[in-house]
Amino acid sequence: MTTDLSAPPRQGTTTAGRGKRPRPPFGVSAVSILAVLIALFSLVPLGYVAYMTVATGWDTAVALILRPRVGELLLNTLLLMAATIPLCLLLGVAGAWLVERTKLRGHRIWAVLLAAPLAIPAFVNSYAWVSAIPSLGGLGSGILISTLSYFPLVYIPAAATLSRLDPAIEQSSAALGLGAWRSFFRVVLPQLRIAMTGGALLVGLHLLAEYGAFAMIRFDTFTTAIMTQYRSTFNGAAGNMLASVLVFFCLLLLMAEVRSRGTARYARIGSGAQAKALRLPLHAYQVPAQLFLLALTALAFGLPLYYVLRWTAAGGAGAWTAAEFLPALLATFWYGLAGAAATTVVAFPMAYLAVRRPGWFSKTLELSNYVTSSMPGIVVALAFVTVSIRVVPGIYQTAGVLVAAYVLLFLPRALVNLRAGLAQAPKELDEAAQALGKPPLLAFIQVTLRLTAPAAAGGAALVFLAIANELTATLLLSPNGTRTLATEFWIKSSEIDYVGAAPYALLMILLSAPMTYLLFQQSKKVAGQ
Amino acid sequence: MTAPSTRRLPEPRVAPSVAATTNSHLQITDVTKNFGSQAVLKGVNLSVAKGGTTAIVGPSGSGKTTLLRLIAGFEHPDTGTISLNGTLVAGDGAWLPAHKRQIGYVAQDGALFPHLTVGQNVAFGLNPAKLDGGRRAVAARVAELLEMVSLDASMAKRRPHQLSGGQQQRVALARALAREPELMLLDEPFSALDAGLRVATRRAVAKVLAEHGVTTILVTHDQAEALSFADQVAVMRGGKLAQIGNPFVVYTRPADRATAEFLGDAVILDAWLEGSLATCSLGGIPVRRPPAQGRVQLMLRPEQIRIAEDGPIRGVVVDTDYFGPETTVRLKLNVPKEVAEHADHRYPGGGEIITIRHWNASIARPGMELCLRVVGEGVAFPVED
Repeated sequence: MTTDLSAPPRQGTTTAGRGKRPRPPFGVSAVSILAVLIALFSLVPLGYVAYMTVATGWDTAVALILRPRVGELLLNTLLLMAATIPLCLLLGVAGAWLVERTKLRGHRIWAVLLAAPLAIPAFVNSYAWVSAIPSLGGLGSGILISTLSYFPLVYIPAAATLSRLDPAIEQSSAALGLGAWRSFFRVVLPQLRIAMTGGALLVGLHLLAEYGAFAMIRFDTFTTAIMTQYRSTFNGAAGNMLASVLVFFCLLLLMAEVRSRGTARYARIGSGAQAKALRLPLHAYQVPAQLFLLALTALAFGLPLYYVLRWTAAGGAGAWTAAEFLPALLATFWYGLAGAAATTVVAFPMAYLAVRRPGWFSKTLELSNYVTSSMPGIVVALAFVTVSIRVVPGIYQTAGVLVAAYVLLFLPRALVNLRAGLAQAPKELDEAAQALGKPPLLAFIQVTLRLTAPAAAGGAALVFLAIANELTATLLLSPNGTRTLATEFWIKSSEIDYVGAAPYALLMILLSAPMTYLLFQQSKKVAGQ
Repeated sequence: MTAPSTRRLPEPRVAPSVAATTNSHLQITDVTKNFGSQAVLKGVNLSVAKGGTTAIVGPSGSGKTTLLRLIAGFEHPDTGTISLNGTLVAGDGAWLPAHKRQIGYVAQDGALFPHLTVGQNVAFGLNPAKLDGGRRAVAARVAELLEMVSLDASMAKRRPHQLSGGQQQRVALARALAREPELMLLDEPFSALDAGLRVATRRAVAKVLAEHGVTTILVTHDQAEALSFADQVAVMRGGKLAQIGNPFVVYTRPADRATAEFLGDAVILDAWLEGSLATCSLGGIPVRRPPAQGRVQLMLRPEQIRIAEDGPIRGVVVDTDYFGPETTVRLKLNVPKEVAEHADHRYPGGGEIITIRHWNASIARPGMELCLRVVGEGVAFPVED
């Protein structure tokens, strides 16, 4: 009874007072209502698909789904995924491991180069490959092009996780008598599980949603088939049924990812300085490793860049001065700006709730956004076409509808950044400002908004650049006569005007470069959380 | 460690008077607060005199931070009222938001704005329009405020993350002082600092606040901090104030056993109380204001039990713990002769093990018999069943 009280237990003082009930500058209910409205709005595409499936009627739906054509698309899609996802995992993890965990010469440069293919939109990649080998077509080409386009989606999170992995884990494994290779398979690889399942999900969703890359090589997937149906019958039941099958696959992928993610904890436990990552000497494997990475980046990044530059050079100054060029650039700029601003504003209530009021409510809202943003652009676009024609005809083919579609497609990009930014602005700072005599709204603007601004700008930039490369939804929803860089490129390359299309491709790649870099940097920060 | 037993004890101020006295700066009356189904404050009454220093001390989850946030205006009370300078600011339909309450607030981690320099942080609440001389006057005022908290004016250009924890807390205090608040609210501002820095920072802060005559309320879970910092200590437990009084009173004359044990080490013995004399294993101990007669629990502070060669009580050393400046000694008490020989003793104890402290580590070895003497009075609590 002597010393127990002289050192009272550390305490967080009334968790109720601190954590549970912050008093936000404006009513929480208002934020909650806004967030619910946004979540409901984001469920429009799913609702559309569900409604269309019901409206079509069971017998018609079954008849439309169980036809040989659907079977063919199904086989194509499944084979594409079955081959591409494992290939992406293999290339992505191998690349990440070489860059982060071996004494690879020039690993800093390779780290960036392996992420670089992401700067090349898949449909531009397809265009370059068709330029190189005009006879490309079919499943094999689809696997080739999509693997080269999407393996960075696995590489980036895997590299981020590896670079932040506590080397003490490997040291413990070594102390328990495991060699380097066995340590990798039994200790390191399991830690990569979240990165790998997350990356695989992204690859899968991209494969389902991609239109341009597969249309260019005449490889049919659900998305290309829906587009064809839409072009011929505008809004037929057949197209809608294909869309519901596509949505079904997306949901299946999401669920598979949640299941395989598991409940294990991989974050670093405990505090204290983290030692530097261990790097394995490559010895005789140095040259093969360099050659492997050289070949990979040459095919995924070098080849498309080469052909885009070659066609651009072939066109000379004429292509840049064409009458369509400046309007397309300006349209892209304005749509990107409007979409980025709208997405950031819409994401704010969600991020605010997630950070300041975490709980089942904010989780549910986030989930609904997450599901929507996993929907292929073509489904979102179809939903908006239908809703705008049937429900509010006045807005069909207006800029607002396209911007709304962008918001739904790219909301998570803004959300992730805003959440991180808001986490840097705890409510205590807001309260400190109030205690210093600032009215709540002013305190909120001067402190919370100010501290969130850099992250919000980062998120907005990501959205802007994603919009600049968006093809599918833009093709369907853009107002008559409006063409963006992506749609202008698409029209030109569809007319086999490769020279005319090249400047647009080059500009898209240049715009994507900073986005890729941002994503790359961001992944290093969020890994392990 | 000298026992204050020979001094005359001031009367304990137990429940505060609800009626606001004319010089009371803050008056809290019957305040309750629930978070969902959880009652955090269950009827709190507190009066703080102008220029006074009050420490609200209590264990984790007792509601003390919630009380501070209600005073600051970051939360609304469910029932009850809060008045500042006789003006109702919360409850009974009144509401004055935080930014109009003329308060200073220093949070646990300082809550410095990370996007501003130290100088900009301190100047945040200043209104340049109200200062003659505009920007230069602001800079001068910032320098003055930094000096007030013993920081060099050159610190103004630094960023919060370039400061140590103690420096950050001083900047937070300077920032809060900038608007010359009448009431300063400190929410565990020293708890994040390490032991040495904590004492130094606490002293510096107390000095500045005392010099400016600012009414101060400190929330802390550290009873030593509360006792040393404040002239009024309010002990909070389970959403209620268990005792309010000056530090000396609440330490030496705690209102109940839980308060006694929260505020410091306590020796609790079963005793038999007749008149104002409690008989226990330590002999007959005088008790002030006996609460009941018959069986009671007697509380003594360890420093009241001295090792003395001519002491009337004997105990055998069970074991010792060496802490450097002091050693704690666990003793098994022998039943004193007068107790054992008492004809009709209804003395309930015997052979208890108590813990005392001594500066000399070599005085006690396990198995040794020591003589003890009790100084001062004990506090009796009714027996808890």
